Amino acid sequence: MLFEIEKVSYSRDGKLVLRDLHARVPVGASSVVGPSGSGKSTLLRLLNRLADPNSGTVVYEGKDVREYDPLALRREVSLVPQLPALIDGSVHDNVAYGPRLAGHSFDARSCLELAGLDPEFEHRDAAKLSVGEQQRVMLARALALEPRVLLLDEPTSALDQAARDAVETTLRGLRARTAISTVVVTHDMEQAKRLAEYVIRIEGGRATAQGAAAEVLADEVEPAIAAAEDAS
Amino acid sequence: MILAASSIHVTLAEVAAALALVAIAAIASRAWHAGLEEDIGIAVIRSFLQLTAIGYVITVIFDEDSAALVLTLIAVMVVFGAFTARSRAKQVPNAFWPLLVSLAVAAAATLGLVLGLGIFDATPRYVVPVGGMVIGNSMTAAAVALNRLGEDVHEGSRKIEATLALGATSTQAVAPLVRRSLRSGMITLVDSTKTTGLIFFPGTMVGMLLAGADPTDAVRLQLILLYVLLGAVSIAALMAITLARRNFFTPAHQLREPPEP
Repeated sequence: MLFEIEKVSYSRDGKLVLRDLHARVPVGASSVVGPSGSGKSTLLRLLNRLADPNSGTVVYEGKDVREYDPLALRREVSLVPQLPALIDGSVHDNVAYGPRLAGHSFDARSCLELAGLDPEFEHRDAAKLSVGEQQRVMLARALALEPRVLLLDEPTSALDQAARDAVETTLRGLRARTAISTVVVTHDMEQAKRLAEYVIRIEGGRATAQGAAAEVLADEVEPAIAAAEDAS
Repeated sequence: MILAASSIHVTLAEVAAALALVAIAAIASRAWHAGLEEDIGIAVIRSFLQLTAIGYVITVIFDEDSAALVLTLIAVMVVFGAFTARSRAKQVPNAFWPLLVSLAVAAAATLGLVLGLGIFDATPRYVVPVGGMVIGNSMTAAAVALNRLGEDVHEGSRKIEATLALGATSTQAVAPLVRRSLRSGMITLVDSTKTTGLIFFPGTMVGMLLAGADPTDAVRLQLILLYVLLGAVSIAALMAITLARRNFFTPAHQLREPPEP
């Protein structure tokens, strides 16, 4: 098991965001689904210690995450946030940032290619790219750390459909070409079906279902079908 | 340093006459509905009471010529400066201690240097006013720098957390903000030092000229004070930022106030 989340509670500004949450995340492609405000993104941040729970434990590969060096853990379990948040400078500067801190060698062009971005983007000003391109630079700079796990928080929420399809293709290609496990947070059940083999559903800060994607999402109705049924 | 003994006598009637200009400010505020009349009134009363009180305190300290009294006054100014600056840096967690340490170090370093080099005599007549200027300017610089840092960390929390997610330490994650905050804290004094003598005459020089000092002496003393203040504000701003930036993070390099999901 990649992650084991045991009785985790987390509050923010006095409001309980996660309540006694139990969940398992296996190696491979997983997804955390649920409505907005259900605690999905918070759960993701607990997995690489960008935050610690108020109670309970998060175990990564058999060891409490608090026993790891947080910096080393974040390089191994790399999180790509929901919105692009690039450092000032070129695409290369962004891709190089993490490896330079860690003293790793890296190949910026292959990272960009893996993230679905033309390697010719390497020397462009990151601030002048479209949101979709910036999101892929975020993915490329996470990949430059050669992580074992990629945590992706709503990776396509800010993108139009064409860009969303491209990022999804990239993520599926990543799974096919590398041994990286992915945990994708999304409110889009259809996206979870397309990207994940294992799904955890969170509602009101609790895990209400988890298991094989085909089982957990079996009763999910396509939005277009639901709209047609509502109209009739 | 020996300055020619000179003095001027100012009567309370002359001080009161200067209130005519304050009345103009109050009338302008009322006419334009700026809502500053009450603040102007409070400022006039507080400045009169505070300066009169400190005038008596300074008179006693000058007469007593006691190092302990001077040090006590400097320490009180440092503590009040830290309290005042803290109120301007509300977005910085536990800002008081970084400010207290930075003001104390800035005052000790700059006063120690000017006294050690023999620029000023170690007497209350020099140490008290120079200490007051150093602490006042350091307080403003540290407050501006921390206020900027607090705003930038708050507004840039997504970018900071994204950087932490790449394995950066908290120090590395806020490094670009530290540069901007330090610049904000120092730029006012740097700019005023650049334009001094062209666009405005600084207070010490004006005071000395009014008191009948030789213009060359007035200029040289003003230059010494400007250079001392440049050193003091850079020490205060840099130290306040260096100490306060840790307060935004936990020991595990996590933002204490993470961005909204």
